[in-house]
Amino acid sequence: MVPTNYYLILSAILFGLGVLAFVFKRNIITLFMAIELMLNAVNLAFVAFSQALGKPDGEVFVLFVIVVAAAEAAVGLGIIILTARNRRSLNVEHVNLLKL
Amino acid sequence: MPILENLWIIPLLPLLGSAINGLFGAKWSKAVVNSVALGSTGVSFLCAVEAVREFLAGGSQPFRKEFFDWIVAGSFRAGFDLQLDQLTVVMLLVVTGVGFLIHIYSTGYMAHEGGYYRFFSYLNLFMFFMLILVLAANYVLLFVGWEGVGLCSYLLIGFYFLKKSAADAGKKAFIVNRIGDFGFMLGMFLLFRSFGSLDFQTVFAKAATWQPEAMGQFGTITVACILLFVGATGKSAQLPLYVWLPDAMEGPTPVSALIHAATMVTAGVYVVARSHILFSHAPTAMYIVAIVGCATAFFAATIGLVQSDIKKVLAYSTVSQLGYMFLACGVGAFSAGIFHLMTHAFFKALLFLSAGSVIHAMGGEQDMWNMGGLSKKIKATYWCMLFGTIAIAGFPPFAAFFSKDSILFAAYNSEKGGKVLYGVGLLAAVLTSFYMFRLIWLTFYGENRYDEHRVHVHESPGSMTGPLMILAFLSLTGGWFALPALFGGKDYFAEFLSPVFGAAEAGGGEAAQSLEHILSIVAVVAATAGLLVAWRMYSKKVTRGTSEGVHKLLYNKYYVDELYAAVVVRPLVWLSSNVLWKVVDAGMIDGAVNGAADGAAAVGDAVRHAQSGNTRSYAVWVVVGAIVVIGIVFWPILHPALFGGVR
Amino acid sequence: MISGALVIFFVLAALAVLGAVSLILQSHPIHSALSLILVMVSLAGLYLLMGAEFIAAVQIIVYGGAVMVLFIFVIMLLNAGVEERTNISKLATFAGVPLALALGGIIAAAIVRSSGHLPPPAANGAMSSTRQLSMLLFSEFVYPFELTSFLILVAILGAIVLAQREN
Repeated sequence: MVPTNYYLILSAILFGLGVLAFVFKRNIITLFMAIELMLNAVNLAFVAFSQALGKPDGEVFVLFVIVVAAAEAAVGLGIIILTARNRRSLNVEHVNLLKL
Repeated sequence: MPILENLWIIPLLPLLGSAINGLFGAKWSKAVVNSVALGSTGVSFLCAVEAVREFLAGGSQPFRKEFFDWIVAGSFRAGFDLQLDQLTVVMLLVVTGVGFLIHIYSTGYMAHEGGYYRFFSYLNLFMFFMLILVLAANYVLLFVGWEGVGLCSYLLIGFYFLKKSAADAGKKAFIVNRIGDFGFMLGMFLLFRSFGSLDFQTVFAKAATWQPEAMGQFGTITVACILLFVGATGKSAQLPLYVWLPDAMEGPTPVSALIHAATMVTAGVYVVARSHILFSHAPTAMYIVAIVGCATAFFAATIGLVQSDIKKVLAYSTVSQLGYMFLACGVGAFSAGIFHLMTHAFFKALLFLSAGSVIHAMGGEQDMWNMGGLSKKIKATYWCMLFGTIAIAGFPPFAAFFSKDSILFAAYNSEKGGKVLYGVGLLAAVLTSFYMFRLIWLTFYGENRYDEHRVHVHESPGSMTGPLMILAFLSLTGGWFALPALFGGKDYFAEFLSPVFGAAEAGGGEAAQSLEHILSIVAVVAATAGLLVAWRMYSKKVTRGTSEGVHKLLYNKYYVDELYAAVVVRPLVWLSSNVLWKVVDAGMIDGAVNGAADGAAAVGDAVRHAQSGNTRSYAVWVVVGAIVVIGIVFWPILHPALFGGVR
Repeated sequence: MISGALVIFFVLAALAVLGAVSLILQSHPIHSALSLILVMVSLAGLYLLMGAEFIAAVQIIVYGGAVMVLFIFVIMLLNAGVEERTNISKLATFAGVPLALALGGIIAAAIVRSSGHLPPPAANGAMSSTRQLSMLLFSEFVYPFELTSFLILVAILGAIVLAQREN
């Protein structure tokens, strides 16, 4: 039996790596992928708790997270396409019209 | 309706008159303004008379009533409490009676002036405050009236506010009064600290049980009395705070008559008389009062010798006569002081109003050297003024003879230099007689020193001469309360006031009687001497002459104003503009306010760099926030781990 | 006693972490996308290990089959090249890495410290079936379920509007 702890720590590590990627990378699409990574880490935690408590409620939440992530990916990628066409660059640091 | 139960009516009526005239008078005709102002004052006078009647009918029991609590703080209570005893009766009748007469006079005098309604509004307001002052049953309410009359004095002196000298005079009066008021307040604080209350009843009852302090000892009561007297010197224009009174002549003449002769300036004497129990326990303070009063009487008389403005002569005369009143209080003859207060109110108001009549007749001229030979032209005014002059000089049977005489007699009999006080007082009486008769001769006799074509001398209307005659009558008869004393009978006035002041001052013994007679004769001789010298010098043809030496010193009022300006005023102005303005106001206060604004701007400037417009840095800030929140939420779990080492 | 489940767990966990690290270290976005797919597959394996078959299937189908394909389409559409290394944000350059690691660390620490409070895991496989899941979904969670369908509708509309060519 794998102790629930292990899943949770793995989830924490993945989440941390996701945050690291988000801060570190400059390509917009890669940033998005980092977000997906974070969401996956959270899903793992949900399922781990669901298993630990013996109730399927956690899995239902995972379903919802996946649905939302999918919808978000669709819309987000649409925006990325438009932004990339507009700024002619995929570097997030070039999307800086709010800079003083 | 029993007035005594509702004493508040007496001050309230003038207040209503003032408010109505002030708010609506601008649009009303003079007749309506008159009726409001005169009506309120007149009815107030009638109520005062009725209150006195009820008082006397009730066996002359001192009456006190608390109307409502004004200040209640811990054990301290100052309420709107009014009282009536014999002393109040005298003050009340003088204030309302003479006040009413002056109101009537003003309708004639101010008839051609602008701001008519404003004048009467202020005058009524003054009546309100003065009545509060004399009716008050505790020091706090008295102080309200005290301050209020100071305010009205300022308003009325500066009535012609477009004239710079008038506005300056108003300010000077208020500021100098304020200095005195500071002393008065300190005195009140000391009294509260010593006796726990500021009610007259409580304070005097407690003080009576205290041991009287020795001469030369500056105990609590002595210091408190001296402080109260400082306030009195401000309000009643004694040395060294008298300087505002001559300047106050910038105001209209009825104002000079009412405020600066009959009522406001007597407030200081009233306070000293009211606090006589305190003063009796503080011989040092009384001695100081006597000396200051006597010195002022002489000092002011010397200045009055050479003045050329008719009102200035009367102003210095007022200062001098007030000195007499304080001299009386200082030697323990309180009822004599109050007696002189009353007679002074009559003849000084008479003199001022007559002077106003002369000025009115001369079309605004105030310099006596530009008058002359008026006795035939304005007969009524002339006779009234003559009555007043004879009264002030102290000739019997006019009023001041009796009052001044009581004062000089009491001074002669007092311990510790009474003879000196008497001597100086007598000298001042000589000077008084001299300068008053000088005024008469310069103004009414001799040749016309004015241009007959420019000035049309005309007698004043009846509204002005009527009150003059009433006051002249009072100047003649006002002293007759004490007439029987001259022939071995009772001094009715002193007897009337004896429940207030104690019977200690009733004259006694045969020896005292004959001494008093001798001194009265000496006083009359002195007055006659002054008259003769003035007759010699001024009844014939006179020229102005140049001013040099002693004359110049006196004419310039001993340069006291210049001295004050150099020693007090200029340093203060320097301090204010260089320290208080530049350093404190512009530097510190503005600096703090602007500094706060600059600080906020600086903080904003620093924080603004967080809004860089760069997504990556925003991401980092999000991570920072997440760490903080998660740290706070998980703190109970985390913190044993932080310090407990690795488990 | 090392059981088989534990071994499989470690293998899958290592794969997931490897994929995540690779996502960070790769310079071309397409390689990052492929690494992410690796992560997702190993996570699906972990779900299977935990007995959540339905979720594992959904993970593969939706995430791996739809979302990641979408990502790859977009990368190719935009002709994404190697990521350029700009360092315009000083904050992110210097403070980013340490802070991210701190965040991960703090969560891990919290988990480790509170491990005593967790309930013991239930028996394997006996947890839930698809039937149970759907029962729950349509009874207790029917409101969020309907909302998510609404959400998908909105996403579709959004995507259509965004992709429209300007006329």
